[in-house]
Amino acid sequence: MTDSTLPILEGAACPVPMRHDDQIVMGHGSGGRMTQELIERVFAPAFANPILAQSNDFAAFLLPLEAQLHGSLAISTDSHIVSPLFFAGGDIGRLAVCGTVNDVSMSGAQPLYLTAGFIIEEGLPVEMLERIVTSMQAAALEAGVPIVAGDTKVVERGKADGVFINTAGIGWIPAGRQIGGALARPGDAVLISGAIGDHGIAVLSARGELGFDAAVTSDVAPLNALIGAVLQAAPGVRVLRDPTRGGLATTLNEIAQQSNVCIEITEATIPIHTPVQAACDMLGFDPLYVANEGKVIVILPPDQVDAALAAMHRLPYGAEAAAIGVVKPSPARRVLMKTFIGGTRVLDVLAGEMLPRIC
Amino acid sequence: MEYAQAFRDGDLVQRVVGEIRRIVTRDWVIMEICGGQTHAILHSGLDQLLPPQIELVHGPGCPVCVTSLELIDKGLAIAARPDVIFCSFGDMLRVPGSNQDLFSIKAAGGQVRVVYSPLDAVKIARQNPDKQVVFFAIGFETTAPANAASLLQAKALGLKNFSLLVSHVCVPPAMHAILGAPDNRVQGFLAAGHVCAVMGYWEYPPIAEQYGVPIVVTGFEPLDLAQGILMTVRQLEAGTHTVENAYPRIVTREGNQAAQAMLKRVFRPVDRNWRGVGTIPLSGWGLQPEFAEFDAENRFDVGHIQTRESPLCIAGEILRGLKKPDNCPAFSTLCTPANPLGAPMVSSEGACSAYFRYHRPQDTL
Repeated sequence: MTDSTLPILEGAACPVPMRHDDQIVMGHGSGGRMTQELIERVFAPAFANPILAQSNDFAAFLLPLEAQLHGSLAISTDSHIVSPLFFAGGDIGRLAVCGTVNDVSMSGAQPLYLTAGFIIEEGLPVEMLERIVTSMQAAALEAGVPIVAGDTKVVERGKADGVFINTAGIGWIPAGRQIGGALARPGDAVLISGAIGDHGIAVLSARGELGFDAAVTSDVAPLNALIGAVLQAAPGVRVLRDPTRGGLATTLNEIAQQSNVCIEITEATIPIHTPVQAACDMLGFDPLYVANEGKVIVILPPDQVDAALAAMHRLPYGAEAAAIGVVKPSPARRVLMKTFIGGTRVLDVLAGEMLPRIC
Repeated sequence: MEYAQAFRDGDLVQRVVGEIRRIVTRDWVIMEICGGQTHAILHSGLDQLLPPQIELVHGPGCPVCVTSLELIDKGLAIAARPDVIFCSFGDMLRVPGSNQDLFSIKAAGGQVRVVYSPLDAVKIARQNPDKQVVFFAIGFETTAPANAASLLQAKALGLKNFSLLVSHVCVPPAMHAILGAPDNRVQGFLAAGHVCAVMGYWEYPPIAEQYGVPIVVTGFEPLDLAQGILMTVRQLEAGTHTVENAYPRIVTREGNQAAQAMLKRVFRPVDRNWRGVGTIPLSGWGLQPEFAEFDAENRFDVGHIQTRESPLCIAGEILRGLKKPDNCPAFSTLCTPANPLGAPMVSSEGACSAYFRYHRPQDTL
């Protein structure tokens, strides 16, 4: 049987597979050779450490001797999605490491190890992935918390926003340390470790959504050293909480609810960088509701305020730390703010604003 | 951008408020027209500092609040069409229509986009020549120039896929409607500084004269507002009723004449139905006949619209200054920002949302 429409074959040909060194393709998530190559080329050199080098599906490690004998473990996980992937002061990699280091640290724990899971969109330039991974390792080194296990998946183009990164972290809480959102007591003081709103405005600015360039750098930073110093100087700390999405106002509301207390803050004492305030004024945002990624709210007995502030002021991430308010018995479950001009108003949780997705 | 901070200075505000306390001898009802001012007053807590004789009532100056239900329902019907990209300011997305809002249209697959400027909608029209791009052109004299500019730009670009769903409203006719009503309580006005930045304040002396009310052009920072209230109270106590400008760093008598010329070219006065208030003659702007092809109401036949308001919502009385948000039985119980029964609970300029956010009734504190 012949068919004149068949093409004329010049002979059997076996195409040499194209190499995909420059951008992520679906094969990088296959679990096969390409995945292995990607791990060997991008991840393993960046995160190199003896536990990761075991190359198992799990990381096996000994806890520090003290942790084996005393205290408890803290574990936390957080998925990071941010558009754009790079912004002034950081990128999704730094965000992914700091976010989980900070979440673990908020328990009063000393973070020990991280894992990282990557969901990568087909077409992502490998060069970009390398920059992200390098940035993660820099943040991990800064925090002193190695990344000891990981995973990579690739999804089709259009099904992810470049790359999503999930990190999980484990930490050790020394025996006797009692820190949590339900422990604030009337009479306590409320501190913030620095100026608020930088991260949210930096990300909006990087997106080009402001219509102007705000000279604002994200505050994304690992806070474990800062928190360690605070706990050493002020062992009576009762609450640590990082005001990320929803900002300072929303996080204070969570604490007021959990502790069944009133938190009253004073507007004039809240540190806010001028460009952040200016950008918020132009857009109709309230910096109290804008995200932070390198700040911590500290609630502690009043007699330890000076020691805690002095400890923070000695460190770069706490240089602008300030006492911003007090805990009162009533009206319970409310956050109030004394305004610049001497009025008092309710500070509610974020409701109804049109803030675009930040992270 | 440091300049705004000076107008938030607590000591200066206290001094102005002290002067208001010193001169006030009897009760006065003052309306701030603009919802942005309502929010600024409650946000800063200025209302708590004023002497008890001064009652501030909140005016109709909330663009999404006064946009008629019929037009919102039309917008929803247009936004649901598969060939349409519907662009709107963010505030509009949760404003309830008769049965749904733009968020639910979006969730059901409608292409609804939040833009910061109508010029962004023109850009979207250029990038999507196979789609009809509709911008929901709401607002007072403040937002109208940018909307006019977007239309002129679309025309200059020869865009055939761009149109405006127009619901512009104007302040002076609303002041006539409030002051002319038999149940009016308003004795003095803070005029909206940003509206006057565009329009100037040459329109106001006849209103001050006809109704015998002082009108003071007022800004949006706590010190601006305190100053505007002080100037109004001075006139009320002295029995005068002239138009004064407490916002001279932004507003001139003539306003932005280039913007006014552009508005005149693109828009013409039309009767407008204000949600909760009713139709006010020649109180809005529609497109000039020359631009009829850019009118989304002409371009899309959405059929007969049957509107249905929530029977509980008292938005109309609130917008006319007859009632306060916490007089409403549904306030903060059945009606919240997450589940609004009426537009004033949604908008960042709505009086109900300002009360909900900053000023819940004392018994819930």
